[in-house]
Amino acid sequence: MSRITALNVNGKKLQVDVDSEASLLSVLRDELSLTGSKYGCGEGQCGACTVLIDEQMVRSCITPVGRVAGRRITTIEGLEKDGRLHPLQEAFLKADAMQCGYCTSGMIMSGVALLNKHSQPNRDEIISHMNRNVCRCGTYQRVLAAIELASNRLKQTREAVR
Amino acid sequence: MNSEHYFEDSADLVELDRYELFEGPAYRFQFKRRDFIKFFGGGILMIMPLTNLLAQEGQRETGDSGRGESNQRVPNEIGAWIHIDENGGVTVYTGKVEMGQNIRTSLTQVVAEELRAPVGSIRLVMADTDLTPFDMGTFGSRTIPTMAPQLRRAAAATRELLIDLAAQQWSVDRSSVRMVDARFFNHDSTRSLTFADLAKGLKLVRVIPENVQSVQPKDWIIAGTSVPKVTGIEFVMGKHQYTSDLKLPGMLCGKVVRPSALNAKLVSVDSKPAAAMGAVVVTDGNFVGVAARDQLSATRAAAAVRAEWKADTQPSNAELFDLLRKTVESRGDGERRGQGRGRAQGSIADGLAAAEKKLEQTYTIAYIAHVPLEPRAALAEWKNDKLTVWTGTQRPFGVRSELAEAFHLPEEKVRVIVPDTGSGYGGKHTGECAVEAARLARAAGKPVKLVWTREEEFTWAYFRPAGVIDVKSGIKNDGSITAWEFHNYNSGSAGIQHRYDIPNQNVQFHSAKSPLRQGSYRGLAATANHFARETHLDELARLVNMDPLDFRLKNLKDERMRAVLGAAAKAFGWGPRKMTPGQGIGLACGFEKGGYVATCAEVTVDRNSGAVRIVRVVEAFECGAVVNPIHLHNQIEGAVVMAIGGAMFEAIQFADGKILNARLSRYRVPRFSDMPLVEVLIVDRKDLPSAGAGETPIVGLAPAVGNAIFNASGVRLRSLPLAPKGLVT
Repeated sequence: MSRITALNVNGKKLQVDVDSEASLLSVLRDELSLTGSKYGCGEGQCGACTVLIDEQMVRSCITPVGRVAGRRITTIEGLEKDGRLHPLQEAFLKADAMQCGYCTSGMIMSGVALLNKHSQPNRDEIISHMNRNVCRCGTYQRVLAAIELASNRLKQTREAVR
Repeated sequence: MNSEHYFEDSADLVELDRYELFEGPAYRFQFKRRDFIKFFGGGILMIMPLTNLLAQEGQRETGDSGRGESNQRVPNEIGAWIHIDENGGVTVYTGKVEMGQNIRTSLTQVVAEELRAPVGSIRLVMADTDLTPFDMGTFGSRTIPTMAPQLRRAAAATRELLIDLAAQQWSVDRSSVRMVDARFFNHDSTRSLTFADLAKGLKLVRVIPENVQSVQPKDWIIAGTSVPKVTGIEFVMGKHQYTSDLKLPGMLCGKVVRPSALNAKLVSVDSKPAAAMGAVVVTDGNFVGVAARDQLSATRAAAAVRAEWKADTQPSNAELFDLLRKTVESRGDGERRGQGRGRAQGSIADGLAAAEKKLEQTYTIAYIAHVPLEPRAALAEWKNDKLTVWTGTQRPFGVRSELAEAFHLPEEKVRVIVPDTGSGYGGKHTGECAVEAARLARAAGKPVKLVWTREEEFTWAYFRPAGVIDVKSGIKNDGSITAWEFHNYNSGSAGIQHRYDIPNQNVQFHSAKSPLRQGSYRGLAATANHFARETHLDELARLVNMDPLDFRLKNLKDERMRAVLGAAAKAFGWGPRKMTPGQGIGLACGFEKGGYVATCAEVTVDRNSGAVRIVRVVEAFECGAVVNPIHLHNQIEGAVVMAIGGAMFEAIQFADGKILNARLSRYRVPRFSDMPLVEVLIVDRKDLPSAGAGETPIVGLAPAVGNAIFNASGVRLRSLPLAPKGLVT
């Protein structure tokens, strides 16, 4: 069993000492107290554990921590920049895109991954990208609205910069 | 520990069906006046005795507020309390649980309304058995109709007391005191006082006078508006701590060694290999579990335990519906074997004799799972013989009782705290995970956190009951229903009664022996009963070539039901229309727990592939005066989405004591791609008391979709789920 001793999380190099086979999710939650990423199914089906690895959407519950050592890991806790929420976090609040909130961080991380690679997705693209994130409370329509809201916000910001 | 007593008798859970609504707590709260002061410190404490509430509940329909002098003794049974501390902070204590229905927000709103204070200035302490008054549980859509009026009255009484105190300080008449944004002003606004100014130095415990007047819904300015989720920011930042996120110093992680099958008994166990790995291993009765320094170690240690289990042969899906009919049982509460429990009026024989057309059909409903995204979790700590358990449950006081019983403790030695929870839908009424964590923690001598896996959640929790429903009816050619006989086997009696005007009826629920553990689920049996009834009505309408909407209206006098039907039909554009092949529309309506619902659905059916798609849903809902429109909208949309699962594809597969599809990859829940366009219409009746909305919006979808599939394809589906593998004909 090899050990992993350092991880790059939310822009910081953090010391750990964990079995390389341990899931990234358990290391984030139990060792680093980053509990925003949730356990929902343990098989990459519900998306509650979604984090970004080098901007890519990854299900941390089925990702052995050994595979992501040395790569850039971003969790929900790392989205806020300089005390300001990510536009998608704001959009979730505005669209009331949650009920119990357990899926919310995973939804937001998946949505951020989409907006990172495709800033103006159409509805079908959003649905196909988000389809492996489950909201059992059924707020899908509001999550779609939130992603579209954030996408429009990002577009306006870019146009203002131009 | 003998685990039997908390796993057994799933039938008791189904009984929630009936006692959920009517039974008051048989419980005496132990605080005395001086304890209150000791506990809360200074300030003002306003107590709502439960007797007030019960009286008020009885009078709700007439609007009589009751009269009489306030009783200044501290009552034995307390429903709610509000505390204003010496700094002016307002804290409301309620035993209700927040699990996504947003009652933390709506209860805050109604208190803010009465106190004329900003929403942000009010804090709610919820579901902590040491801090909050007894509450039977958060289920049955009862928070808004019962807890909200209690808190409104408590807050109104607090406001009136504060006005009295302000008037006393200024030696003026109370009618000259005005209250704006949590401040009191004298007649010309030259002087003002805050809550803190008034509460400072006081140790005042007051019981709410019976004649207190709360603000009427038509005059609401904070309640009745779309206040955003009060803790929303914590969720979008990932900061909210659910039970599974909690950590205590020295805490171990737990893992239960599960039996080989449901109902299996432990024959032998060898725990040495697990103990050799450094884990704490507990074997007690039928319970085997481990605790270790982290989750991976606990999982490995549990896998190393060699346990042998023995179970009898058990039934499977294939024989389920026969079994439910065959095992109809007597419940010893007046129900005689085979006769059921329900209501009869007129004569079915006469009704059938008067009928020009008759119909007899059977409908079936599968077991389904709640699949709360946060699985059961508990963190248990023993300290000086007192047990504290944090856990996500809808019944904190019920779980406290379970723990007290399991460990032979008096209830005051057990504290249950429920962090705002990752949903329940009726699936978190029980405390098995709490008991397991506490058992491991006792053995370990350290706090233990136990989080069920998804597979455990699917297997060792409980299901929405399966059922068989037989319907026999008669109608005249003009569409009037003359006879209605309805027998529900096992699924339950919620929503079994209806609003149609039928002279001859016999409507009965028959308990049966369920092969799987079953219990409450959002809406209980109302989904099953509405599915059978509203599908059957659609069949009757076709028999006499009537439009399904006209047919329902012909048999309905209830104005509230007619209003939601009319609203949904209008927005949907119900009526003759040009349809493309494979396109179909259907509707259904219903009433349960004080709420009225009507649902219209449009589907497309691809006759080649069998693919069924729900394209559009319009749902109208009326639940009296609306407390928070945006959250009500969200609840209704959510109920429609959840209903799609049970209507279209969710079903538990089981055989010989094993759940065969206990994973999200094998049990399909609604996803983004299943979403129709959902339009919600809220009929706001400010003249009527607010009813709950967590459940009833779920009941209309399945029959509306089934009826639409018939309209599209000519295929009548009478089993839920309707089309797990598409339309197979």
